[in-house]
Amino acid sequence: MPTIVSHPDEVKVLSRRFGKGATNIEKYIALDGYKATQLAIEKGPEWIIAEMKASGLRGRGGAGFPTGMKWSFVPKTSEKPKYILVNDESEPGTCKDHVLFLEDPHAVIEGTIIAGLAVGAKTGFIYLRGEYRYLLKIMEKAVADAYAKGFLGKNIFGHAGVDFEIITQTGAGAYEVGEESALMESLEGKRGIPRIRPPFPAVVGLYGGPTVINNAETIANAPHILLMGGEAYAKLGSERNGGTRLFGISGHVERPGVYELPMGYSLRDAIYKVAGGIKDGKALKAVVPGGASCPILKADEIDIGLDFDQMAKAGSMLGSGGIVVLDETVSIVEFALRTIRFYQHESCGWCIPCREGTDWIKKTLTRFHAGGGNKKDIDNIQYLAENMMGRTFCPLGDAAAMPTLGFVKKFRSEFEEYLEGKRVENPLIQITPVGEPELAGAH
Amino acid sequence: MATVSNTIFSPELAARFDKLATIYPVKRSALVPMLLYAQDEVGYVSDEVVAELAVRLDLLELDVRSVLSYYSMLRTKPAGKYNVQVCTNISCMLRGGFELLQHCKDTLHIGHKETTKDGLFSLEEVECIGACCWAPAVQVNYDFHENLTPAKMDAVLAAYAAGKGRNELPSPSIGSPAPEAR
Repeated sequence: MPTIVSHPDEVKVLSRRFGKGATNIEKYIALDGYKATQLAIEKGPEWIIAEMKASGLRGRGGAGFPTGMKWSFVPKTSEKPKYILVNDESEPGTCKDHVLFLEDPHAVIEGTIIAGLAVGAKTGFIYLRGEYRYLLKIMEKAVADAYAKGFLGKNIFGHAGVDFEIITQTGAGAYEVGEESALMESLEGKRGIPRIRPPFPAVVGLYGGPTVINNAETIANAPHILLMGGEAYAKLGSERNGGTRLFGISGHVERPGVYELPMGYSLRDAIYKVAGGIKDGKALKAVVPGGASCPILKADEIDIGLDFDQMAKAGSMLGSGGIVVLDETVSIVEFALRTIRFYQHESCGWCIPCREGTDWIKKTLTRFHAGGGNKKDIDNIQYLAENMMGRTFCPLGDAAAMPTLGFVKKFRSEFEEYLEGKRVENPLIQITPVGEPELAGAH
Repeated sequence: MATVSNTIFSPELAARFDKLATIYPVKRSALVPMLLYAQDEVGYVSDEVVAELAVRLDLLELDVRSVLSYYSMLRTKPAGKYNVQVCTNISCMLRGGFELLQHCKDTLHIGHKETTKDGLFSLEEVECIGACCWAPAVQVNYDFHENLTPAKMDAVLAAYAAGKGRNELPSPSIGSPAPEAR
């Protein structure tokens, strides 16, 4: 079981029920559970959306799109049914949703109902990655309990004509299905291949109906926002970045874990104070600040606040809040290879720049890592990545290109030294450097 | 058609599939979960599974196979009773994921996507399984094992070999009681 960690600098909004047995519906109700939904039914959709907009909440899946605005894009009337679709984030380095489903499943359910009330949807889907089977069971139990209480189904909370159904769903192992349009394809029982946009999901989404797609953490914030008020929530964070966020700090730190910190909290403090500093007293080399797709930050670039805007200014992204910390012993060449191997494996193959780009970068880096590289390779990797950027159907191409560019630009000297023979002494990724490389555990 | 008279699945799973095919606005939506639940029971997605799911969801077998080949957790060949999935993605890599994978290879004497002769274990190097803060992490079937070292890994494997693994295969019943929360 995941270890639940805590630190005095945390501001517990979303995590305030963690560790308190809130999977039990009675416990959840005793801890202010399902009050927000009843308030939302009484006050109506305009109030909900106004509070969500005032909260400054931005999507916690990675893109950081303002949630209130997303909800307001859904047309008021629609011939086809509207849907709410909630998923978890599979970005490497991200496990915050894991803790959320484990500790507070009803908050996800409440948020989904509230989103439904806001946009006029009567059905919500909660889609969990296939690996999270035990969490799916926890969600299924929570949904069943909510039905038994009359919080889901017909005439919820005794309000005539207010209906909401939730269907829980499992994936079967595909990172690409975290992309909104591929997610809808998967839920419709197809290969997870992205759709071209426009039309956007808010207008034409799941089964052709208007659809709101939110990350589980985003949606679980909704009940808290309605109870405390949008403005109060916004004040917890930094400018244009309302509230708090679950940050998963992993890699070479003393106390890895999921911590809830205010938006704008210092990245340096997150690493050195909250997570206890670098493991075994080593020196910091670099940080991947928001999951594998975010460009790497060097050790001298960590004096910035953890919010979407400050991260963008620093040339990286806040992404999914998965902070991966690298100590001085890490080979960037090897780390870059492991990163691109992931994106190559997960590329759905639908569009050429991503399918070919990830594959060629992987092949080049594999040969490079094995000692068969030359100086042109570095430029070639950069060229390939630059030509993937913005040229793909969905953001997976960018997600592969951005970290790659970060590695070769910021650590170019390390790639060059690698050519001069300064290699990894004990490579983690075992490769035979002859001909077409045989990847260790090539997927 | 919702029910299949000569089903290859257990009565419980067949009943669950009957229901799954009705809960979505479009029947086909049940395909991905059905494939996974069928694999849990049969061990892999066999030709028979493909044929029956196609009938259940009014699809061509080709449609089923097209979806099947997309998802990395679905397999078309049997695996060991306990499928040991070692994550080597970035967070796990930094905390010993590759060493753990090598240790499993050495201990079980098998490689990536191979199965031991007795059919007890198979091994797989997998992409991120979403347990990054408790790295290195391994999944044995659906059970998570976190903060592992080679020694702890040995204990985990020994427990499964002795039939004392955590929860074996999950029962696929809707609304089944949750495992102990913490």
